[in-house]
Amino acid sequence: MTKVTMTVNGKAVSGTVEGRTLLTSFLREDLHLTGTHVGCDTSQCGACVVHVNGKAVKSCTMFAIEADGAEVSTIEGQANEDGSLNAIQAAFQEHHGLQCGFCTPGMVMTAASLLKENPKPTVDEVRNHLEGNLCRCTGYHNIIKAIMAASGQDVSAIAAE
Amino acid sequence: MPKDTGIGAAPKRREDVRFLTGTGQYSDDISLVNQASAVFARSNVANGVIKSIDTTAAAAMPGVLAIFTGEDFVEVGGNPAGWLINSRDGEPMKEPKRPVLAHGKVRHVGDAYAAVIAETVEQAKDAVEAIEADIEELPAVINMKDALAGSNYVHDEIETNQCFDWGWIEDNRAATDEAIKNAHHVTTLDLVNNRLVPNAMEPRCSMANYNAAMNEYTLYTTSQNPHLTRLLISAFVLGIPENKLTVIAPDVGGGFGSKIYHYGEEALVLAAAKKLKRPVKWTSDRTEAFLTDAHGRDHVTTIELAMDKEGNFLAFRTETMANVGAYLSNFSTATPTFLHGTLMAGNYTVPLVYVNVKAVFTNTAPVDAYRGAGRPEATYSIERVIDKAAREIGMDPIELRRKNFVKPDQYPFGSAAGLEYDSGNYDALMDKMEDVADLAGFDARRAASEAKGLLRGRGVNAYIEACGIAPSNLVGILGSRVGLYDASTVRVNATGNISVMVGAHSHGQGHETAFPQIVAELLGVDAASVDIVHGDTSKIPFGMGTYGSRSLAVCGSAIVRATEKIIVKAKKIAAHMLEITDSEVEFNDGVFSAVGTNKTVSFGDVALKAYIPHDFPIDAIEPGLEETAFYDPANFTYPSGAYCCEVEVDPETGKVTVERMTAVDDFGNIVNPMIVTGQVHGGLGQGIGQALLENTVYDETGQLLNASYMDYTMPRADDLPFYAVDHSQGTACTHNPLGVKGCGEAGAIGSPPTVVNAVIDALQSGGNNVTHIDMPVSPLNVWTAIQNA
Repeated sequence: MTKVTMTVNGKAVSGTVEGRTLLTSFLREDLHLTGTHVGCDTSQCGACVVHVNGKAVKSCTMFAIEADGAEVSTIEGQANEDGSLNAIQAAFQEHHGLQCGFCTPGMVMTAASLLKENPKPTVDEVRNHLEGNLCRCTGYHNIIKAIMAASGQDVSAIAAE
Repeated sequence: MPKDTGIGAAPKRREDVRFLTGTGQYSDDISLVNQASAVFARSNVANGVIKSIDTTAAAAMPGVLAIFTGEDFVEVGGNPAGWLINSRDGEPMKEPKRPVLAHGKVRHVGDAYAAVIAETVEQAKDAVEAIEADIEELPAVINMKDALAGSNYVHDEIETNQCFDWGWIEDNRAATDEAIKNAHHVTTLDLVNNRLVPNAMEPRCSMANYNAAMNEYTLYTTSQNPHLTRLLISAFVLGIPENKLTVIAPDVGGGFGSKIYHYGEEALVLAAAKKLKRPVKWTSDRTEAFLTDAHGRDHVTTIELAMDKEGNFLAFRTETMANVGAYLSNFSTATPTFLHGTLMAGNYTVPLVYVNVKAVFTNTAPVDAYRGAGRPEATYSIERVIDKAAREIGMDPIELRRKNFVKPDQYPFGSAAGLEYDSGNYDALMDKMEDVADLAGFDARRAASEAKGLLRGRGVNAYIEACGIAPSNLVGILGSRVGLYDASTVRVNATGNISVMVGAHSHGQGHETAFPQIVAELLGVDAASVDIVHGDTSKIPFGMGTYGSRSLAVCGSAIVRATEKIIVKAKKIAAHMLEITDSEVEFNDGVFSAVGTNKTVSFGDVALKAYIPHDFPIDAIEPGLEETAFYDPANFTYPSGAYCCEVEVDPETGKVTVERMTAVDDFGNIVNPMIVTGQVHGGLGQGIGQALLENTVYDETGQLLNASYMDYTMPRADDLPFYAVDHSQGTACTHNPLGVKGCGEAGAIGSPPTVVNAVIDALQSGGNNVTHIDMPVSPLNVWTAIQNA
């Protein structure tokens, strides 16, 4: 067992983990941050995406000890300071970009990472960037629309209904 | 009534806030003090005799608390099929026992034969590895044709591997044969409806707790219908009294059918929790999900369409083999029969329909209802053979469909497959589709594609489905072991806010937002004061759950009926307060008034009075304001639609790209258009996935070759287009109080034949004599078809 210390959503945390403990498990089981989800076991679905030192990472693909000393942000740390939804979260609600909600934390974290790197992406760039995030409910239409809207671009040409 | 929150409004979903902030509570997010973990030992062979299971070494592993095998469940019951189907000769279907854990034989890869309970999931996994199971592998029964002809058996007592041989409508068999024999033109098509894995993003999870002092159990589980799960566990499997078992389905991350059913893992954790007197949790990993969640579709079909020389349809005749897998899942016998055969007249006035379905056991995971459940199979067969027929007789495919449509003045229309369609307007849907899809601009788009060296095709489709299942008396006649009503309790609290307990379960459908719109509309209150309570058998009256696009049509109608009872009771209280008779009270926009006067009391005043009845005439009015209704529909509902797809095909590689996808649906009245549109989008995504990408591949030994997201092609964002969705042509359902029909499955029903029709059209436009390609229409399959043309 190894002691790990990291900053999660701005708070210093520590815990004792096995070498094989995944970052996902540490977040979910030890820190009780259950917004980070596990949807597969092959790093394909993206439900577990968090940010480690500012980069989007599939937390099921990383051991907790690899995040020792890192700055980690999860979906629980994304809302504005007053608790209101941030721009990406609000766009997902506004444009019905989620249904069952299970893939949503990973989608929001991936979208945040995209918009940081590419503040005004094209639709194709958004679709390509979401290649590692699976959603079974929405057919992606409203997820793409929400991310485009969150980037401040006009989405009126994308059919609503 | 605030118009921004009632019926027809599109308020933003209230459930979104918790999902967007990571504060939803899915089953695996819930942990109980002192909880232990369950991990299953699963067969790695498809068919085998269990010679022995030695758990000695595993039991001595660190942290191991208990090990269960099939022996431990010999005395309890099995997981039943919900529908009893009779064969054409009157013989009842074969229903082998489906035990909690395999006993004697394992029958598919993934079939669980033991379970380890340990302090941690890692310890349990390690101990599973240490179980020594001597399983003698037998040849696997995989291909359905071989299964019916062969000498290997999935169940030793079922020597034909045939569950049933069902005919619909059996009395029309001879007449249909005759019509086909004498027809001017008969089009025949052999097709496969490819096997799919539902792939809800949240894997299944079940956690049980046992309170020894009260002899009470609680099961947290990923279910679309917690009451049905409780009923099955109580009445068929473990015999736990219903009043000692609470089933809670908290936030559930998608279902698409796969979470309707009771699974053995639920029974195992209940038994383990009782034995250990500790909470026990099991969470599926994705590979287990692929191996053990009920799969969908998997039909092999020959369909024939007989026409006269003008193109009038004379008969549809269908022969289908339907794979039910190794065991009968709860809806598995209804899906290929009454949810498929009864739809085989489509939107058409065809006078004769005959469907023969042979259900076949194989050494594969159970197959059951998956989004659409039988109706996608029916629609695919009908709409593909019509397209082929149109090409054969040289008629435009839209014209051929229109020629045979049921017309608006023909409702109620008795279809040749035995259903009574209550409403619809298929020509209006087709008109609208032609407009939204801009068919007028197709030739120009095709020319533009061709200039790029690509082929462009256009496919259309008309579908009808039967939703809102359904009248209990009818499903009873059809073999259902349960009724299919739903229930709601509307509880007006003293301070005027309202809790609505519902039997439907929301796992993406937005019930928490849409259902309050109904109550708000009827009571003239703000929807924000109305909360939905669902997913907990201890809190809700009863319910048959969410599937078959039934939540709004059936449970929504129960909400209406309960709310109407609230109004009746509230009027009595208002009359008392206003010192008038009941019949002199008017209720509008949340205000009770005395007819012909300016005396009023508000809804809130009445609610408070109901709970502080100091001056009630107690022989005339009971205190309280809470009403329950069970609603059993008079008929199915019949959503319908007209779809169009345009594809580009690269003839060099066979790659298909969906360029435009248009869905025009008749869902009757609409409560929340935003949610309805989202439901259609999701169905389209899954339908295009079936058409182009997804397939479930077992090799001849019964190994599932694509049991992960590395191997099974899930639709991703860059595989799918934006969709054009329209539901402006609704015709109200005539027999439920909301006039609604159901929208959850339409996209998955209407889109697969539309896409395939478009691909065939594209290939034909390039001079390739290709009349059919089985799904998934992958680059390899398209390229091969071109080479063979």
